[in-house]
Amino acid sequence: MSDMLLQVKAVETYYGNIRALGGVDVEVNKGEIVCMIGANGAGKSTLMMTICGSPQARTGSVTFDGQDITHMPTHEIARLRIAQSPEGRRIFPRMTVYENLQMGASLDNLKYFNEDVEKIFTLFPRLKERQAQRGGTLSGGEQQMLSIGRALMARPKLLLLDEPSLGLAPLIVKQIFAAIKVLNKEQGLTVFLVEQNAFAALKLSDRGYVMVNGKVTMSGSGKELLANPEVRAAYLEGGHH
Amino acid sequence: MANTTSTPVSADSNLTARALREGFYAGLISLGLFVLFVGLKTDQNILNELILVQRWGLLAIFVAVAAVGRFAMVAYIRPFMERQKVTNLVTGLLPDSVATRFFKLPVFIAAAVIGLGLMIFGGTISASISPTAGAYLSLIRGAAVVYTLASVFFYFRAYIVANFSMLAIIALILYPPVILALTGVQGSLKWVDNFGVQILIYVMLAWGLNIVVGLAGLLDLGYVAFYAVGAYSYALLSSYFGLSFWILLPLAGILAAFWGMILGFPVLRLKGDYLAIVTLAFGEIIRLVLINWTEVTKGTFGVSGIPKATLFGIKFDASKDGFAALMGLPMSSAYYKIFLFYLILALALLTAFVSIRLRRMPIGRAWEALREDEIACRSLGINTVTTKLTAFSIGAMFGGFAGSFFAVRQGFVSPESFVFLESAIILAIVVLGGMGSLVGIAVAAAVMIGGTELLREMSLLKQIFGEDFTPELYRMLLFGIAMIVVMVWKPRGFVGSREPTAFLRERKSVSGSFTKEGHG
Repeated sequence: MSDMLLQVKAVETYYGNIRALGGVDVEVNKGEIVCMIGANGAGKSTLMMTICGSPQARTGSVTFDGQDITHMPTHEIARLRIAQSPEGRRIFPRMTVYENLQMGASLDNLKYFNEDVEKIFTLFPRLKERQAQRGGTLSGGEQQMLSIGRALMARPKLLLLDEPSLGLAPLIVKQIFAAIKVLNKEQGLTVFLVEQNAFAALKLSDRGYVMVNGKVTMSGSGKELLANPEVRAAYLEGGHH
Repeated sequence: MANTTSTPVSADSNLTARALREGFYAGLISLGLFVLFVGLKTDQNILNELILVQRWGLLAIFVAVAAVGRFAMVAYIRPFMERQKVTNLVTGLLPDSVATRFFKLPVFIAAAVIGLGLMIFGGTISASISPTAGAYLSLIRGAAVVYTLASVFFYFRAYIVANFSMLAIIALILYPPVILALTGVQGSLKWVDNFGVQILIYVMLAWGLNIVVGLAGLLDLGYVAFYAVGAYSYALLSSYFGLSFWILLPLAGILAAFWGMILGFPVLRLKGDYLAIVTLAFGEIIRLVLINWTEVTKGTFGVSGIPKATLFGIKFDASKDGFAALMGLPMSSAYYKIFLFYLILALALLTAFVSIRLRRMPIGRAWEALREDEIACRSLGINTVTTKLTAFSIGAMFGGFAGSFFAVRQGFVSPESFVFLESAIILAIVVLGGMGSLVGIAVAAAVMIGGTELLREMSLLKQIFGEDFTPELYRMLLFGIAMIVVMVWKPRGFVGSREPTAFLRERKSVSGSFTKEGHG
């Protein structure tokens, strides 16, 4: 597949003097779902944040759609239609669900808001029920739906999901992953997600990477990684579900 | 209060014992608190020496009030409130069952008649009786007026709540003519200027600061700096270049907005407490520059003789083509004050209008999103730099407008007027009113500023505490008490819930404001 959308090349990211990423290479092609799995503190979220330019990579490069975005400010990267559902969801707690979705559509100044919001409500009917409620009063699963919905309102070319299953009941995780699959199949949306929930993430993804201590140690198709004994031992049978 | 279901007698004696104990402790605490502040006072004697004046009587009154108050609270008021379910949990007001007993039509009519009668004839009556009786008379008048207004509020509460903003604006527009009719031309000065204009200045300042603090969530402790910039812009440019108020009003706003940006740049990366400290320092820098740059600002002497504003070129003076002469009215400064009242009313309404409009526009939504979560904002493509700078500069612009109005009203500006306390008061009003709520802030300003002004009217207190008691000196104490009471009673301010700006179809009947905020 030559249709590369996102390319992370030999990226090193530091927090002060502490190296969080030590030369990471990741590629995401158009129309793919790609996941990055790894344990706590492996650097998965740092990679996500580095793609978004905060913090910026010290060496290496991040290329999106043929354009070097390594040193762009975060909001300009977002304007290239890289939408992110950040770790911890980061919805606006005192704004209503509806207003949260409006904020997502602020790139186009609400031009396509009415048609897009209907799509989000079909994808996540719960959000429609809760539209007048303040974001902070939603349950964790609903907040995650809102966070993804808000990201989708920007009409992204690439959707970045940081731990969408964090702290959610298995049933809700299923619903959310099913919705991601639908988006990918029906609209051809490219998705890059980082997850601790390796089993669900690998089952969903076309391809996957495994990160250990800021370095990518393995990569392959979702099925290959699921079958890989090392991956099974480290991430699938050791208490992670 | 959980185990008071035993025999009523023992419960009663328990309660009395507890009330006595708590009353004693309250007295002890207030004794400790006030012994140095109230019990002793430093003064200068005739030889210019510092002496200690002992005021044990006054101290005893303070302690007694605290002890008896606490005793009554525990022994009678609190059980009574619990029995009656006096306060409604949602509104914090009297429930209808109690209020209908309290607000009765005959009493209302009597109160209205007494209040109105005393307001019209009070001056002539109190002239013919002793000052003590006069003070009591004004107390009765005040009580009657408060009762009348409270009854009106109670009986029309549904209508008033639904149309509060419109009714408030109409009342404010009618306020000067009504006061003129009630108190006469000379008597109106106090009510229009000290109460009306003074409160409206703070309403406007608090609404301006609300853009920065309430909407964008940037804690600004140096807001008075922009007020100062506006005031000095008008004072200096009009006295050096003779420009008129109507040219300088927008100019002062623009200059203040410019300074808002100057402040904004260095603090872009700061948040919360750090931002607060830097803005506080900025406020002090501006004040110190005004004090020390004596060639231009005349330092602590201030700029005096600032020209008055004109109405379409008509001056408010005793000349032949002045306002009074043109209208065929006797010359009085009251007309100028009324003009100023409408001017600041218009400016304040402009502030409110702009904030309401901006909240519905992308920039206003970005401010609110910025207050909620800066990182999420950036990931949605919002430029947080320009968003913060516009919040600072638009907030500062309204501070500048208010400042130039202040200068034209006083006719004199000096750095004295722009101390940190002013910033603190404005911020307190915003917090008390409920951050982001225009109505709440206006109510808070009226209560806090109007309340402190009312203290000057409390000549009755002199009768109780003695001639050298000056109630104005206690206004910051009352300000503090009021803040504590409001924050205990309504932790998010008078109007604590945020009004959404957009709905898809119709409002859901139960919104999130009644449910607890969760972080699940």
